[in-house]
Amino acid sequence: MLTYSLLAGLLFGLYFSLVGLGLNLVFGVMRIVNLAHGDFLMLGAYCAFWLYTLFGVDPVFAIPVAFVLFGLVGLPLYYLLVPRLLAARDPEMLSIILFFGLSQVIEALATIAFGTSEQSIPGGDLGRALREGWGRLTGHEIESGPVEIFGQSFPSAWIISGVASLIAVALVYLYLYRTRTGYLTRAVMSRRDEALATGIDVNRVSAIAFGIGIALAAVGGVFAPFMLGSITPAMGVDSTVVSFAVIVMGSLGNPLGTVLGGLVYGVSYMLVQSYLSSWANLLPYLLLIAILLVRPSGLLGKRVRLA
Amino acid sequence: MPRYAKHILFIVAPLVAAFAILPFAYNNQLLLFNFVLFLTLAQGVNVIYGFTGYLPFGYVGFFGAGAYGFSLLILHLHAPPLAAMGGAAVAALAIALLLTPLLRLSGAYFSIANLAAALALMQFISNPNLEAITRGPYGVSMTGVFNPRLAYTMALIVMAGAMLVAVWLRNSRFGLALQAVREDPVSAAQAGVDVPRARAYAWLISAVIAGLAGGVFAWYVTVFYPENVFSSDYSIFAVVFALFGGVSTILGPIVGVLILYGVYNFIGFSTPQYFQLIYGALIMALVLFLPQGLISLVKRRGIDVP
Repeated sequence: MLTYSLLAGLLFGLYFSLVGLGLNLVFGVMRIVNLAHGDFLMLGAYCAFWLYTLFGVDPVFAIPVAFVLFGLVGLPLYYLLVPRLLAARDPEMLSIILFFGLSQVIEALATIAFGTSEQSIPGGDLGRALREGWGRLTGHEIESGPVEIFGQSFPSAWIISGVASLIAVALVYLYLYRTRTGYLTRAVMSRRDEALATGIDVNRVSAIAFGIGIALAAVGGVFAPFMLGSITPAMGVDSTVVSFAVIVMGSLGNPLGTVLGGLVYGVSYMLVQSYLSSWANLLPYLLLIAILLVRPSGLLGKRVRLA
Repeated sequence: MPRYAKHILFIVAPLVAAFAILPFAYNNQLLLFNFVLFLTLAQGVNVIYGFTGYLPFGYVGFFGAGAYGFSLLILHLHAPPLAAMGGAAVAALAIALLLTPLLRLSGAYFSIANLAAALALMQFISNPNLEAITRGPYGVSMTGVFNPRLAYTMALIVMAGAMLVAVWLRNSRFGLALQAVREDPVSAAQAGVDVPRARAYAWLISAVIAGLAGGVFAWYVTVFYPENVFSSDYSIFAVVFALFGGVSTILGPIVGVLILYGVYNFIGFSTPQYFQLIYGALIMALVLFLPQGLISLVKRRGIDVP
C-alpha cells in the first residue's frame, strides 16, 4: 500500500507539475494570475475527446494539435487583454477578476457547445497507435494492460501521462535556459522594467510566454480524462486551484520548483487518499496555506513575497 | 453640518428607509433580502479591499462561518436567534483571527491563500465525520426559528451597520491611515501608522460584517447545505459589485450592487449559460475599460464622491 501510494503519487505529481507549469510561466513573466488556466485545460481535454470520438485519433497525437492550436489562441488573447491590464493601477489584483470573467465566458461557451454531461476516453486507448506502430515495426505487440513497477500495477495511461509530463517540463526547461527567447523571458521575469530599458521587446516575449502557458494547460488537458476522471465544462475551477497549490509550493518562474511542488502535492495527495480518505479533499488547501505561511517564497524560492 | 452627518443623512438613512418600506410595495421578499445581503457583503469587501488593497477572494469563508456559528448555537444550545447572531459574529471573528497571519502575504498570494482557507473550511465543516456537530454534508435544518420578517429586519440592521462602518472609514483618521497604508506602507509607517495593526483591524471588521451577513442568511433560509453558504459566488459577486461601483467610497459598492444585481435579476435565471456568458463578458469589459469603477467617471471631472 505504501509503495503503491508513493509510486502513484510520483506519477500524479509529474502530471500535476505539467498542469501547474503554464500558470507558473504566466505568473512569473507577467505577474498576473490566470484564473482561467483550468478552463484552458478543460478545452484541451475536449480537444482530445473530439479528436478521439470523431476521427479515432490516439490522444497522444492530440498533444501537438492542442499545443499548436492553443498557442495560437494565446497570442492574440495576450494582445487583447494583457497590455491594457498591465497599464491599470493594480494589475495583479485586477487580473484575478479579469481572468475570472474570462473563465466564466469559456465555461459558458463550453457548456453551450458540449452540454453538461460527463465525457471520458477509455484509458487503454491512450498510446494505442504508438503501441500498434511499435508492434508493426518490431513484430512484438505491447499489451495495453496495466504496467507492473516494483510489484505494483498501474494503468498504462498513468505511466504515459507521467512520462509525457516529464518530457514537457524538460522541454520548457530547455526553452528557458537554452534558447535566446528563453533567456529574454527570464530577464523579463526578474525585472520587467529593466528588461524594457535594455531594449528587450517585452510585449513579444510576454506574448510568447502567455501562448506557451495556455498551450501547456491544453496539453495537460489532453491527459485529464485519464488522470482526473471524466471531463465536464465545469472542471476548470478545481484544476485552477490544484495548479495554484502546485506552483505556490514550488516557486515562481522556476520549472524545477513546479516539478518539486507537483511531486510533493501528488505524493501527499495519494498518501492521504490511501490512509485518511475522508479528509483527502481538505489536503490541497491546508498544504497550500501551510507552505505559504511557513515558506512564503515556495520550496525552492529565493524571492520574498511578504507584504 | 459635519461630513459624516451628511453621509449618514443622505446616503445611509435613505437606503435603509427604502429597503424598510419596499417589502410593503413589492412582493418578492427573497429578492429584496438578497439585495440587502449583497449590499452588506459588498460594503464588507470595500472595507478590506477598498481601504487596505487586500483582495479577499475567499471572503465567503466568513459568511459560511457566520452561518454555521448561528446554526450551531440554535441546534445545540437552542439559543434565541438574537443571541445566535452573536455566535455568528464570534465564529467569523475567530476564523479571521486564525487567518490573520495571511496578511503577511502580499498581492495575489493573499487572495489565493484566502480562497484556499475558505475552501478548506467548507471541506472541514462538510466532512461526514463531523456529522454529529455540523450535520456534515447533509445540511442544517432549523425550521423552529423560521421568521423571515424578523430576519429581514435583522439583515437591515446589519446592512446599516456595514454602511456606518464605511462612513466612519471615509471620514476618520483611521480610514485615512488605512488608505495611506494601501498606497505606500513604508511611508505610512514613517508617518506613525502602525501598519500591521491597522490592516488587522480592517480585516477583523470586514470579517465580522460577513459573519453577521452569514448569520442573518442562515436565519432567513433556516435550511441550507455547506455548498450554499460557502458558494464562491458570494465572494465573487461581492468583489465584482464593489469593484463595479468603485471601492474606497461609501457610494461605490451601493451603486455597484443596485445596478449589477439589478441587471443580474433582469437577465434572469432561465438560461444559465447565456447568463454566465454575458456576466463574464461584463466583468472583463469592466476590468479593461473601467478598472476604477463607475465612480471614477464622476471623479474624473473633479467631483468628490463620498
